[in-house]
Amino acid sequence: MSARQEAIGRPSGSQRAKDQSFRVALLACLAVAIGLLVVLLIDVVLDGAGTLSWHFINSFTSISADKAGIQAALWGTIWLMGVCALFIVPVGVATAIYLEEYGDSTKWWNRLIELNIQNLAAVPSIVYGILGLAFLVRGPLSLGTVVLAGGLTLGLLVLPMVIIAGREALRAVPSSIREGSMALGATQWQTIWRQVLPAAIPGIATGVILALSRAIGETAPLIVVGAATVIAFNPSGVDSQFTAMPIQIFDWISRASNDINNYRPLAAAAILLLMILLLAMNSVAIWLRNRYEQKW
Amino acid sequence: MEAASTAAAADGRPEAPSLRAARRRYGEDLIKGVLVLAALISLLTTAGIVYALLKETIVFFGDVGIGEFLFGTKWTPLFGSASFGVLPLVAGTFATTFIALLVAIPLGLAAAIYLSEYARPRVRKTIKPMLELLAGVPTIVFGYFALTFFTPEILRSFFNLHVAIFNALAAGIIIGFLIIPIVASISEDSMRSVPQALREGAFGLGASKFQVSLRVVFPAALSGIVASVVLAMSRAVGETMVVLIAGGQQPQWGIDVGKSMETLTAFIGATAKGDAATGSIAYKTIFAVGTTLFVITLVMNLISIRFVRKYRQVYE
Repeated sequence: MSARQEAIGRPSGSQRAKDQSFRVALLACLAVAIGLLVVLLIDVVLDGAGTLSWHFINSFTSISADKAGIQAALWGTIWLMGVCALFIVPVGVATAIYLEEYGDSTKWWNRLIELNIQNLAAVPSIVYGILGLAFLVRGPLSLGTVVLAGGLTLGLLVLPMVIIAGREALRAVPSSIREGSMALGATQWQTIWRQVLPAAIPGIATGVILALSRAIGETAPLIVVGAATVIAFNPSGVDSQFTAMPIQIFDWISRASNDINNYRPLAAAAILLLMILLLAMNSVAIWLRNRYEQKW
Repeated sequence: MEAASTAAAADGRPEAPSLRAARRRYGEDLIKGVLVLAALISLLTTAGIVYALLKETIVFFGDVGIGEFLFGTKWTPLFGSASFGVLPLVAGTFATTFIALLVAIPLGLAAAIYLSEYARPRVRKTIKPMLELLAGVPTIVFGYFALTFFTPEILRSFFNLHVAIFNALAAGIIIGFLIIPIVASISEDSMRSVPQALREGAFGLGASKFQVSLRVVFPAALSGIVASVVLAMSRAVGETMVVLIAGGQQPQWGIDVGKSMETLTAFIGATAKGDAATGSIAYKTIFAVGTTLFVITLVMNLISIRFVRKYRQVYE
């Protein structure tokens, strides 16, 4: 966009020097931001790579740091993500369909739902922990500190992300598809179920994976919900007590402040494993987006 | 569909034969009902949050005066001689948030201007995902980094600062980095939605790219930029793990950021970790502090949503 325009206007020499230094300053700022990320990744790899091993993945946590592993937390996280996904996919997609395909956005109640979702997306995660504690773990549902309560808490936390991504995916399906289907006599739901939704699935799936990759690293809500730190068994069902990877990491970091040499590598190794999982999930999301991206 | 047929009638054209379904389809209504129920879950979530917070907070204010809570400057709720002044926690929260914004506003806006005005599409396509990665790293990882690397290696060794191992400065700076993507992406979005004609006009008058970026695009995108900053601020206020791990847990009514400062979120995290029994004073303080946090972030979120709508309205 620039070459043609700059040929028309001719900034003076001093302006051009200013322009150059401004450009350099902008790049320097970007370098600082991305540089910190690089340093962080290198630091975690240096601290944790030596400890991350098959033994580490396959062992339970232990009092002696050199025997400790992450198995219970890894399985806890897998269970949590399962519950979370089973909750956010139907509820998130249904809400997105309602708002995009049915809801008349000039009506105040639909605008309220939209505003509410925008706000929920920015409510601090620890507040969801308080909700989980007061409603799911204790109070009305009194499930106790179990997988179901933890998974639903995380689900409520990332639900707005799924709804927002789902709406964008549905909106990207051109209305000619809907009109064509309706003109052939399909009902509104037949149109949505057989035409619109299949076309929107890649976008929705990407949103779901990104939501899960947000949920997998969330620590604060699980701390408030009361996830246990020292557990030496894998969850056996949704009513089972659990620990999770971020909780285990937090526990090891807290211990590292007293006993830095033993627990710091454990924390770093667990972080490394978490980051590898995240990387895998994000790669799938990017692959999905590129593979099935449709240009209408 | 409905809108289309009424529009046709309003045009004064002769009324077309009805294209609507010959009979009412109850299955369709049922499905719509199910979808409405799903949409209501998000409303119920907010209602649940407000109810949970208020219920215990009201009980809390039965024990502690509202005046003492809001204006007291000593926060020792779990001590024998307990004081319930929330201001030290608010001070801790605002200190870390302020430091975070000092980092995130210049770096985030610079990234936004570069991506929107300077970067070629190819460069943009590589840099954007890297910034998004910064947002994708779990905050507990940033907490680990702040405690084990940033404070000892950067603040102490490199800058030679005499900071405590748990300090608000490191926590604030690291939170600043993790909110850069929020500032950058929303600001960039609003800068890109500034009509090309405004830029072309300025270039035609002989402006340099630097002048166009700062004097044309920046002011035109201001409402989006404000929205991004307010949203980033709300995120910084609500951030828990970094402050819980690296910021310390000593409430401080002062602004010595080189020392430990407890924030609203860190207090909730630390207290809930101790597994407070239902009905105990510790349990109630979680909710009273939670309400304070929720109200502060709610106000910020609503301001931010308003500004986003403003820039969308103007240019779209």
